[in-house]
Amino acid sequence: MSPLDPITVNVDEYLARNKYEVDEGNPHIELVDDADPVAFGRLVRACPAALYKVDAQGHQTFDHAGCLECGTCRIVGTGTVVARWQYPGPTMGVEYRYG
Amino acid sequence: MADFDAIVVGSGCAGPVAALELARAGRSVLVVERGTFAGAKNVSGGRLYTHALRAVLPDFAAEAPLERRVVRERISMLAPDANVTVDYTDDLLRTERAESYTVLRARFDPWLAGKAEEAGAEYVTGIAVESLLKDGARVTGVRAGDDEITADVVILADGVNSLLTPQAVGAARPAPGQVAAGVKQVIELPERTISDRLMCADDEGAAWLFVGDATHGHVGGGFVYTNRSSLSVGIVATLSDLVTAETPIYQMLEDFKRHPAVAPLLVGGEVVEHSGHLVAEGGFDAMPPLVGDGVLLAGESAMMCINAGYTVRGMDLAIAAGQIAGQQAAAALAAGDTSAAGLAGYPEALERSFVLQDLRTLRTFPGFMEHATRLFVDYPAMARDLFRQLFAVDGTPVRPLRKTLPPIARRAGYLNLARDLWKGAKAL
Repeated sequence: MSPLDPITVNVDEYLARNKYEVDEGNPHIELVDDADPVAFGRLVRACPAALYKVDAQGHQTFDHAGCLECGTCRIVGTGTVVARWQYPGPTMGVEYRYG
Repeated sequence: MADFDAIVVGSGCAGPVAALELARAGRSVLVVERGTFAGAKNVSGGRLYTHALRAVLPDFAAEAPLERRVVRERISMLAPDANVTVDYTDDLLRTERAESYTVLRARFDPWLAGKAEEAGAEYVTGIAVESLLKDGARVTGVRAGDDEITADVVILADGVNSLLTPQAVGAARPAPGQVAAGVKQVIELPERTISDRLMCADDEGAAWLFVGDATHGHVGGGFVYTNRSSLSVGIVATLSDLVTAETPIYQMLEDFKRHPAVAPLLVGGEVVEHSGHLVAEGGFDAMPPLVGDGVLLAGESAMMCINAGYTVRGMDLAIAAGQIAGQQAAAALAAGDTSAAGLAGYPEALERSFVLQDLRTLRTFPGFMEHATRLFVDYPAMARDLFRQLFAVDGTPVRPLRKTLPPIARRAGYLNLARDLWKGAKAL
């Protein structure tokens, strides 16, 4: 795996323009504890919403709130990083206004 | 006695068309959609080839919320510092049989769902189907919230990331080499500005695909589609290659937007939505079984998508498959046999249609794309260098092309060039 080039974009600013009903405290994606850094790194690269992040100290973070419900992490991370992948509950999650 | 003759899971392109055909055949049909409205969870690149829709709803052009008719096709080889584009426009693209339109799914899908409802299909939205009801191997209905609803046949049209197809037909989770991640932004601009920048009339538009530096040399590409008053700009990258790249996909999109060949299109535009979607690109060989006892699959849930490199198609396949699924489910209901054997007319009819024929014809292209890294790095640079020989005039004495071309071609190796051309030609 190549090391990451510097990230210059703040995807959170873009996600803030989307419409969401966030199911606070009820994440539809659950991760394993202490995921392998290489496996986690795959999701850092593949998640279109940049929800998988590693900070300068190597600390892993994940936030389900901005999820685009594409399923990329289900394909790439099931069994290594992703412990459980479901769609958000009824009326929850992203609501596309353009699509 | 089941609650409905048929239940359709998902209201994208395939689902409502299947429901419409069942309703037209006089069958009771329920569509269950997890979004609060049809389209709320749906994303596409966004161009619909309308031949399949015309076969279902001949008058669609007058009433469907379409964006622009695509009459200009561009395909570009993007190097980090240059871009070489083929630009094609043709009156044929304005004729009914070859028409295509850009669409925004949150606008288009509610209209298509409305057509199914008008025909008599019942709709419930904001409810997700959590699992299938089964009696042994046979699918007998769906479990949604606290409700269990039964039907003689269930049509799964719940998209590329279906959690139900494994239960229905034992479909495997797609491998990272069989799907790509897609990321897209809708960028608003005045209608006239878009027409001017893309050199189109106001109702007409362009589809523009990029290979090369759009993905910083990784397997995939970039796209720009013209909507009425917005551009759809995105990146599609095959997961098996993306996961070890030096750039995350969202940074690829940002860099693509800033590339000198793309940036002028977007000046003054405002990002109004950032979306993501998986793209099935495993082709024919990645498709799961299309029928099981009491169940059939249509559209992306069955991996019906074609990425030929120069065109990407999913929605026309889904609409045609939805129509055939609805018709064949109705025939099986009439015959009183919705077992896998009773539903065999569905895959048979798909084989006779363009759906499986095209998926079969273009089946080897994904493999070619996977292995041709030359296509994404070396060839865009070679195209740049060839055009530099033609167009960059700096006062140094001009050398004849027969002397300057061979060293450029030699960089990739004549054998590799010949092999890639042959493989490409054979796959297409």
